[in-house]
Amino acid sequence: MTYRLAPIDTGAFAAERDGGDLTVIGSVVRRSDARGHVTGRTEFFEDVAPPRLAHLKMHRSARHHARIRDVDATEALAVPGVLRVLTHADVPNNLYTVLKLIGVQPDDEPVLAVDKVRYLGEPICAVVAETEAAALEGAARVKVAYDDLPPVFDVEEALREGAPLVNEYQGQNHFVYEGHHCRRIRFGDVREAFARADHVFEWRYQSAPIEQAPVETTGCVVVPQADGRLRIHSDTQACFFTLDNTALILGTPFNKLRIVGGTVGGGFGGKVDVVVEPIACVAAMAVDRPVKFVYDRAEEMQVSSPRAAERIYIKDAVMGDGRITGRQVTLYVDAGAYARHTPYGTTKAAAHLPGPYSIPNVWADCHCVFTNRTPSSAMRGFGVTIADFALESQMDRIARALGMDPLQLRLLNAYRDGDLKAHRKVAKGTALVEVIQKAAELAGHELPETYRRMSSTSREGL
Amino acid sequence: MPSQIVSLDVNGERREFIAAPGATLLACLRESLGLTAAKRGCAQGACGTCTVLVDGRPEAACLVAVETVAGSAIRTLEGVATGGDLDEVQSAFIDCFATQCGFCTPGMIMVAEALLDRDPDPSEADVIEAISGNVCRCTGYRPIVIAILEAARRRRERAVTR
Repeated sequence: MTYRLAPIDTGAFAAERDGGDLTVIGSVVRRSDARGHVTGRTEFFEDVAPPRLAHLKMHRSARHHARIRDVDATEALAVPGVLRVLTHADVPNNLYTVLKLIGVQPDDEPVLAVDKVRYLGEPICAVVAETEAAALEGAARVKVAYDDLPPVFDVEEALREGAPLVNEYQGQNHFVYEGHHCRRIRFGDVREAFARADHVFEWRYQSAPIEQAPVETTGCVVVPQADGRLRIHSDTQACFFTLDNTALILGTPFNKLRIVGGTVGGGFGGKVDVVVEPIACVAAMAVDRPVKFVYDRAEEMQVSSPRAAERIYIKDAVMGDGRITGRQVTLYVDAGAYARHTPYGTTKAAAHLPGPYSIPNVWADCHCVFTNRTPSSAMRGFGVTIADFALESQMDRIARALGMDPLQLRLLNAYRDGDLKAHRKVAKGTALVEVIQKAAELAGHELPETYRRMSSTSREGL
Repeated sequence: MPSQIVSLDVNGERREFIAAPGATLLACLRESLGLTAAKRGCAQGACGTCTVLVDGRPEAACLVAVETVAGSAIRTLEGVATGGDLDEVQSAFIDCFATQCGFCTPGMIMVAEALLDRDPDPSEADVIEAISGNVCRCTGYRPIVIAILEAARRRRERAVTR
């Protein structure tokens, strides 16, 4: 193992600038937060321990899909130490959607369930108590009477006629994009391409939800201030996004909230949704005391929004020499029960198609689908990562089917500067050709001369 | 069962506090003594970020009922630096970029301290074994292993020159 103490970049770029005033790249820059991390002085939200701190725990749905007939908190309130049991009626603007800040509608998710639950673990009542143990005991003693509804867990089943309606606020089991049932790409004529192709290859790809699993679970501590403001210590990845959404849910001016954050014990996209802060603020105002609401590990794994499950069908028109002349993609993203960031993630998936290749005919339908699963949201390149898995698996399978070298197949089809992409944008600054050439060289993978001479700035050798 | 007064030697100082029955060592360190370096990651002994040294042994403080270790010597990350000077493990973690979000760092450093206390010249396999109960989700295991080996080297060097 080598020690990473010497400059990371000892190549041409660093050498060229040696002695100049551009000194950062190629030199070691210590992390500004590292000293706090190694001494234990970095302040994470849960290191804040205000006096008289109360604790919030959720009573969550025991059903995937059900009408709520009755909620009985009598026994919960009788637990010694329980201060309040909050329901949807205590939340000023209970119905919301996080991306309303950028104009995404409709509001489709309650902070606390009203008349229906749409996924297992959906929050119904928030129990606030003197101790964590009393809050847990109280949450366990809330009694909810359900009338079960048929659930739907599969994206294609959810889109079939007669499927149970998951989210009444959406009105149908898919998100509507400017009047359309999905995000679409129409470029050239794929049908013509399939008719003229030497080969047509179609395969299906799918992924399961992936939990970000940060070591620090999602949470916050809300401290009422003497001037009536609320100070929120949070591990959110998005302080201002959280502040604004929380203010909208509370129906207060933004300047009534102050957020202290920026120190995140692992996020990976899982701490972008605004889920714990609004109800913790409601609780802090209700009991006029500091309140902590933090997920335990089981909640983090079960109800914090994961990367969406996707199912992707790719059908390609391919010529005998490996040129891909048409690509048709039908892509389903499982939003779970509520929209959160998935309408945006689905748009990102569409924007990423057909991958970094110049294909003259492209057709894509990208569906954002509602099911009775845990709402999905952001995670590291969401919308793109799974699409890439599918696209690159497809490339490998085509290469195998044609008996071609998989890197040569990619070099043949790689986009070049000046190519018109399926989104009617001209590609510029492309580098796939050079990246593949370099990767081949590093891996000791032989490429023929014509492929080694290819360039992103010309169509020579094609 | 009533609460009781528990006495511990924490980072070389005698500390007394009142603990409810079953209160964990982690909760007492964080809430009664204000020592928040040890973190709660899973509260079920699976992630290692609450690791402290109990009489020199690394333990998941979230699983230790504090009354069972009454009178013991506890070492936490707060007790590692002396007089504002970082020790070899801490400085190697900085120099080798072995921290990212920082949440696993307290536990990682404490298991490293326990390892180097008993073996000043561990192999790479020994280091990997020592941190095997500690989860780093930013996936910085490699820099962490390098940092611990580097810390061992620095400590041995210092021992020679001293």
